[in-house]
Amino acid sequence: MSLWPLLGIAVVVVGFVVRFNPLMVVVAAALVTGIAAALSSGVDPLHALTGTLETFGKAFKDNRYITLTWMILPVIGLLERAGLQEKARGLIAGVRGATTGRLLILYLLVRQITAALGLTSLGGHPQMVRPLIAPMAEGAAEARHGQISEKMRETIKAQSAATDNIGLFFGEDIFIAIASILLIKGFLETNGIIVEPLQLSVWAIPTAVLALLIHGVRLWRLDTAIDRAAAANSKTPETAP
Amino acid sequence: MIGLDLLYLVGGAFFAAMALLSGADKENARRWGNALFWGLLSVSFLLGSYLSDLINGLIVIALALLAGFGAMGQGRPATTSPQERRESAGRLGAKLFIPALAIPVVTLAGTFLFKAWTVNGQHVVDPKQATLVSLVLGILTGLALAVAMIRPRPLVPLQEGRRLLDAVGWAALLPQVLAALGAVFAAAGVGQIIGHLAGSSLSDGGPLVAVVAYTVGMAVFTVIMGNAFAAFPVMTAGIGLPLIVGKYGGDPAIMAAIGMLSGFCGTLMTPMAANFNLVPAVLLELKDRYGVIKAQIPTALLLLTANTVLMYVFVY
Repeated sequence: MSLWPLLGIAVVVVGFVVRFNPLMVVVAAALVTGIAAALSSGVDPLHALTGTLETFGKAFKDNRYITLTWMILPVIGLLERAGLQEKARGLIAGVRGATTGRLLILYLLVRQITAALGLTSLGGHPQMVRPLIAPMAEGAAEARHGQISEKMRETIKAQSAATDNIGLFFGEDIFIAIASILLIKGFLETNGIIVEPLQLSVWAIPTAVLALLIHGVRLWRLDTAIDRAAAANSKTPETAP
Repeated sequence: MIGLDLLYLVGGAFFAAMALLSGADKENARRWGNALFWGLLSVSFLLGSYLSDLINGLIVIALALLAGFGAMGQGRPATTSPQERRESAGRLGAKLFIPALAIPVVTLAGTFLFKAWTVNGQHVVDPKQATLVSLVLGILTGLALAVAMIRPRPLVPLQEGRRLLDAVGWAALLPQVLAALGAVFAAAGVGQIIGHLAGSSLSDGGPLVAVVAYTVGMAVFTVIMGNAFAAFPVMTAGIGLPLIVGKYGGDPAIMAAIGMLSGFCGTLMTPMAANFNLVPAVLLELKDRYGVIKAQIPTALLLLTANTVLMYVFVY
């Protein structure tokens, strides 16, 4: 078995580590992988190149539906123009006892439960996190501490996105008709092992509970970090009057 | 039947509008780069199904070169000031949430209804594409509601869309190109090579070593491929079935379920899962491209450990 096709993985790793443009890195990795595989099985260089371009081009064309989701941007942009983020911030500022951590823990739980019921499209980064969840998470911190540092703002936004991902990943497998469960069932079946989807999805529950606990504790500690940063900030003497 | 063909026409029209508005944006010094990038993408949407695979391949190369050599600049169409937004938010109130929430609601409702909707025994909407059709319908519904409420000038929604699309830039294409990379990896047999290496490197280390190799292998291979679905068949055929099930008599359902979730821990840690990790960093305007990944790594590692323990305790 030739190891040359693994060269593309090296391209990816080096490219991402030195922070080249990711789009270029991925395209380069595809060309290197395809050409290396073709050459090592004795194809001449020209056909190795055209064959790879064809495989890559066909797969690109077949996956266009992924890019369709950007059509959501005009709605989100228009609502932002009319003050959606400001409204989301204001809404959370009016809730007594609301903190960034508590809000994100609640979102984590809701995202897990809805995903477990198969309602995976009730979330996502362009439609939920940017317009609603991240502004609310920031707004909760601002309502308690006034201004928050730029660094803390970054952390809060990053945790908002992370919470959406973690809630989705460790909720959806509890739903019996989700793609990954069907993939597992199909794969085991081709290997002569028959399992029911329910047997698989039941075993997604312990990990889902642990995900809630682990990430929940981290979000709860985020509140402590925000409080501490705000306290340190207010102690620093102002440089300008 | 309403299916992908129609959706690609709508998408092609959207990206064509982005290209035209980019070309007309005199404030953007690199407007022609943007116009070319979104224009090529529009061509791919409108004509991709009719062009040869080779031409489609060359389109991707051209898109990557435009992105890689800095041909694109961020267009900044005029929008409202923070002060105007606060006033507008005060005026419109909670009504502002309605269009935003209409999108997921219509998407969900459509997903269920379209699968069952037949006229004379024919599906009106391609049942395989029900979710995508519903999503686009949800977006159009949300847009109609927002326009009715905000009453902007005709080009404003498209310009606001371009403001956000340009903030994302070439990264908008990354998830699709990564999916295509996955197909090239599969055609080149990358998975089999890694599965073979993983399987042959540990012949016998006992049941615990088999579990650790499988869960950690799932996570690492997912980091490489960006997708647990690609890692699962390889690792399960290479380590899971021969060792955990075959040699040590483990339960295949428990192994497979927790194995897949170990792969998801890898998804949280890799830039290769662009739509989950890189795209939100751009969307939220984080300074660190890897900010979301860094926020997820502690949870991912703890959860991977927990999965390994869970599997070892219950699988045998």
